[in-house]
Amino acid sequence: MISKKEVQHIAKLARLGLEKKEIEEMRKELSLILDYFNLLKEVNVSGIEPSFYFAEELKEITASDLMREDHVEKSKKVKKLLDSVPETKEGFVKVKTIL
Amino acid sequence: MELHELTITQVHEKLVNKEISATELVRAFLTRINEMDKEIAAFLSVFKDSAISQAKEIDNQISRGEKISMLAGIPLAVKDNILIEGEKCTAASKILENYIAPYDATCIKKLKKEGAIFLGKTNLDEFAMGSSTENSGFKTTHNPQDLSRVPGGSSGGSAAAVKANECIAALGSDTGGSIRQPASLCGTVGLKTTYGAVSRYGLIAFSSSVDQIGPLTKNIEDARIIFDIIKGKDSKDSTSVELKSQTSNLELRTVKIGVPKEYFTQGIDPKVERVIKEFIQKIEKEGVKVKEISLPHTKYALSCYCLIAASEASANLARYDGIRYGTSNTKHETSDLLDSYLKTRGQGFGDEVKRRIMLGTYALSSGYYDSYYLRAQKVRTLIRKDFEKAFQEVDVILTPTSPFTAFKIGERAKSALSMYLADIFTVSVNLAGLPALSMPCGEIQGLPVGLQIIGKSFREDEIFKIGSFFEKVINH
Repeated sequence: MISKKEVQHIAKLARLGLEKKEIEEMRKELSLILDYFNLLKEVNVSGIEPSFYFAEELKEITASDLMREDHVEKSKKVKKLLDSVPETKEGFVKVKTIL
Repeated sequence: MELHELTITQVHEKLVNKEISATELVRAFLTRINEMDKEIAAFLSVFKDSAISQAKEIDNQISRGEKISMLAGIPLAVKDNILIEGEKCTAASKILENYIAPYDATCIKKLKKEGAIFLGKTNLDEFAMGSSTENSGFKTTHNPQDLSRVPGGSSGGSAAAVKANECIAALGSDTGGSIRQPASLCGTVGLKTTYGAVSRYGLIAFSSSVDQIGPLTKNIEDARIIFDIIKGKDSKDSTSVELKSQTSNLELRTVKIGVPKEYFTQGIDPKVERVIKEFIQKIEKEGVKVKEISLPHTKYALSCYCLIAASEASANLARYDGIRYGTSNTKHETSDLLDSYLKTRGQGFGDEVKRRIMLGTYALSSGYYDSYYLRAQKVRTLIRKDFEKAFQEVDVILTPTSPFTAFKIGERAKSALSMYLADIFTVSVNLAGLPALSMPCGEIQGLPVGLQIIGKSFREDEIFKIGSFFEKVINH
């Protein structure tokens, strides 16, 4: 069972503002789901590699094999990208003061 | 036969023979959408003007005597998590309610080059998280076979649009069954492509180690036609690979089909089981060799998938911060940056999306990483190995796509876990990166039952070959 305090901690890490009612519902739902996931604890995984690499053959490949040449291109999308920004100032993305 | 009932090859023939014009065809579909979509609610947006002007261009090409490609003038629908330049792309989330796509997804670019016409964008569960399309931030799509029931999800809008003949074919995305499960519940064909077969550039990311784009169509041939266009290496998606054009040499007399026993034990509706088993007996009578196989880690697949997908989603959805794009309704009322994040995300995301972000953040947080996320990735290896072993003995694997037929709207929405169980037969394929197709193979009281054909990596051609044979058996 996950506690209310844990829910609040995780919500803060995830940058989710939850209402009081949502915190209680989340506590119940997450507890149920995590209980179900406990099924995985019965699997013997000792000596098993995690599947971070997708295909076996990719294990042999280094990241640089997958990288392409870095060509500089002029983007024609600057205006389009800035158009979708909620707040801009003089062609820059505006953020809240952090200091 | 009405225009909107035709398949891609049938329409192509009529266009080339000048029996119909592309404009006429597009107008017929726009009328159809107008009539049908009030009840079905498959579309989130319809591009009336641009569809007609695209069609006129195709008609000009035809009248100039130019050769047109198979997809030229074919009206398609696109799931609203795939970007079409200049059009809204919402992922059915309030947080992207007014987002206009600044570029085309690679698959859209390729389809545009062929002259395909986009009728509009279809509904989905918010950010593709769900199995019923009830989690959409905007509306609930209804199953064309029975309006009181869900179309499945998350590509429920695309599946319903194809089934209701509101388009000839559609694109969807499949993270844990999101193409195949709605295809099964609506009675269409749906293909989840091999991981790496189709570029995801321009697909709104949910779970990057499993997400894949694929077609929903009326038959196998149409799925093959669209797949052949959208597949291939893209420099903008480093997981994509160039595919050799392969033609299956599987013969029906020699093909070996495996049926995993684990798919007939856990939570399957006995009526669905009967339809699938009767179908298997039917193909055996046609001389096909079927053998029982075992995929021993099947029962762990759903937990394993949910953990991995939620973890990746929690990272992928961190970008919706209300600063660079998307809804930010807190411009003036918030005190600081953290407060602005909390409000934007707390108000912008729906319940299921928040639940998955929470679950993923929990599974990745210190103290829980080893016992949840890392363990799930290890179990994933075992699931993949099950398939590798099975494919040493058989060429393709058959299972039911969904444990039950389309359920009532509201029936499963109350419990997250009961909704997750709808994907129990589809998630393993995503974890193993394999291609799989769902096709209708019968009905129970008017509700379609889907058959899932799972193939070896990058052997979509074998799935098409076997699927076409099954189509003949079923329609016989």
